[in-house]
Amino acid sequence: MSRDAVLASIRRGLRRGALPDDIAAALRGRLAAHPRHLIPARSRLPHAEQVTLFVANVEKEFGTVTRLPDMDSIPGAVVDYLAAQNLPSELVMAPHPELRAIEWSVRPLLRIREGRSGPSDAVSLQHAFAAIAETGTLMLPSSPERPTTLNLLADTEIVLLRASRIVGAYEEAWDLLRAEIGTMPRNVMLVTGPSRSADIEQTLELGAHGPRRLHVLVVGEEAAQPGE
Amino acid sequence: MHLATSRAFKQNARRALADPGLQKALARSGTSFIARRAAAVAALPEFEQLREIARDIKNHALAHLDFYLEEYEARVKAAGGIVHWCATTDEARAVVLEICRAAGARTVTKGKSMISEELSLNEHLEQHSVQPVETDLGEYILQLRHEVPSHILAPAFHLNREDWEAQFRASHTDLPADRIFHERRDILTEARARLRQKFVAADVGITGANFLIAETGSSVIVTNEGNGDLTQTLPRVHIVLASIEKVVPTIEDCTSLLRVLARSATGQDFSVYTTFSTGARRPGDLDGPDGYHVVLVDNGRSAMLGTEFQDMLRCIRCAACMNHCPVYGAVGGHAYGWVYPGPMGSVLTPALIGVDQAGLLPNASTFCGKCESVCPVKIPLPGLMRHWREREFERHLTPPVQRRNIALWGWFARRPAVYRVVARAAAASLGWLGRRRGRFARLPMAGGWTAGRDLPAPEGDTFFARYARAQRRGRAG
Repeated sequence: MSRDAVLASIRRGLRRGALPDDIAAALRGRLAAHPRHLIPARSRLPHAEQVTLFVANVEKEFGTVTRLPDMDSIPGAVVDYLAAQNLPSELVMAPHPELRAIEWSVRPLLRIREGRSGPSDAVSLQHAFAAIAETGTLMLPSSPERPTTLNLLADTEIVLLRASRIVGAYEEAWDLLRAEIGTMPRNVMLVTGPSRSADIEQTLELGAHGPRRLHVLVVGEEAAQPGE
Repeated sequence: MHLATSRAFKQNARRALADPGLQKALARSGTSFIARRAAAVAALPEFEQLREIARDIKNHALAHLDFYLEEYEARVKAAGGIVHWCATTDEARAVVLEICRAAGARTVTKGKSMISEELSLNEHLEQHSVQPVETDLGEYILQLRHEVPSHILAPAFHLNREDWEAQFRASHTDLPADRIFHERRDILTEARARLRQKFVAADVGITGANFLIAETGSSVIVTNEGNGDLTQTLPRVHIVLASIEKVVPTIEDCTSLLRVLARSATGQDFSVYTTFSTGARRPGDLDGPDGYHVVLVDNGRSAMLGTEFQDMLRCIRCAACMNHCPVYGAVGGHAYGWVYPGPMGSVLTPALIGVDQAGLLPNASTFCGKCESVCPVKIPLPGLMRHWREREFERHLTPPVQRRNIALWGWFARRPAVYRVVARAAAASLGWLGRRRGRFARLPMAGGWTAGRDLPAPEGDTFFARYARAQRRGRAG
């Protein structure tokens, strides 16, 4: 069987048999401890500055951000964003408890369908598990409450992110995921800006196969006013 | 297997140099990758330290490759996936076809995978009535043009905008023939609409993997377009094609490698989509594939372990080496004649298809060292190319004229006194002959060399003579 042949060939190359128990145990210990390596200094900041860094990095990567004081302001912000982009007031929403708890009825013209996304959906509303300031990256793990297709099929993806869920480095987001979800979800997408391609003459164009627009609603911890 | 034309590198290169379309593409693209990488690196003060960490992580993984592959396999199984171990390309092709047949697949969407190119998987599937559809924009046009990638990151590196427009007009015949592509975005939009239908219709999705993670049993893909994600999310079955050296121990190890990957590749801080896939759809999930298979391919890699070429297995396929290579920049990727071009290809190709097939590639280098200096995992590429040159010589694969010349040089080199006399005579006579123009446009027996450049005339003296004089002066002063 090729499994044995491949493993035997690897061990031949490494000039040894299967690893002795003590070394294997040490490697298992390393897997369990999953030690961190160097984390760049750029994200080692107080939380408020991490939020600012996240916003700046999303915008650098051609995404857009609106900061909101609370969950009550979301329906208005969504309707305003769609109107500003000349998009219909219609979206497919992740069936996440935080999104479902929003009082959408204050905006009766906004039509919302819950579930996964199909190929004809123009706008999706997703819920972010966490976000990484280091590069302006959203962490979107799959679950019944967070269908993956919402990140891919719509032309415009709107993402709700609580400011408290913004961390500095990827490692911190993974530790949140380990602590709160436990086993690895089927799919974890780290998303940094809208879809793009540079395959035509190595020139960047937005809107390849994924969303052409990525809009992040950052809720809570609004930027302190100067002098406060 | 992908039919190699690496033995014809010289003819390939000559043709490439005379191809105006290719030269236009190379001239345009040559500097953009370099500038973007430099900017990204300059913005991260820890980059050099991160390169060392990246090198050490890959070295650790390779030194315990058997252990981490077995751990990885156990985690994949625990997540409901299946790992298929394949020693050869034939086995890997058969396994993929079998999975497609079991799924009753008629069409298969594909994310970009260099392993798939190694296997010539598309031809194999087509021969057995399974239609593969490449979904990476660059791979898509190459499939329409029946071409292979010329770059491991930007497969259509060799094409110009007019090639895209002409091919889309020729292939998408249901659209108005007189439609106008005002800008590049119009080309992109047409491909997006065309491929959207294919994504939805496909029965199986095949992606490559940038990394496999032993800790979690995850496969990781890194893309900007999102095509890889659509490929692995919408069909009923997801097949991951990965070579054995892709495995790293933990998410933290992978994260450190990701910090250098995108910066080295496209000069982005992070690619748009970095996606970790672990097994099939979970209870309650509204989307995702029902079946998850990993086809783990060796195809010559395990034989590189324990040799001087083990370092090459660190490669994370960022393409920085070819982006910075003067030879790649002059002749493009197709001249190299197999799947992997540029410096990394010049080292990897002889290992995978034989130095008898690809011995010219490690010779097609100026040894300027740029590739090694930008490699995010610090592979000593020029040193490895030199090892191939030695092996080629030992195995008597070097052409007779070259062998004779090397033997002649070796005779003199072993007799320093004679060497110096001859070198002094040559420098003096060439210096005298070239004293007017300061260079030679033609030299006897070196017509091939002087066809493309002039030889500067020596100044009448040898290095040894000058060095000796400087030493004497130094002692005197």
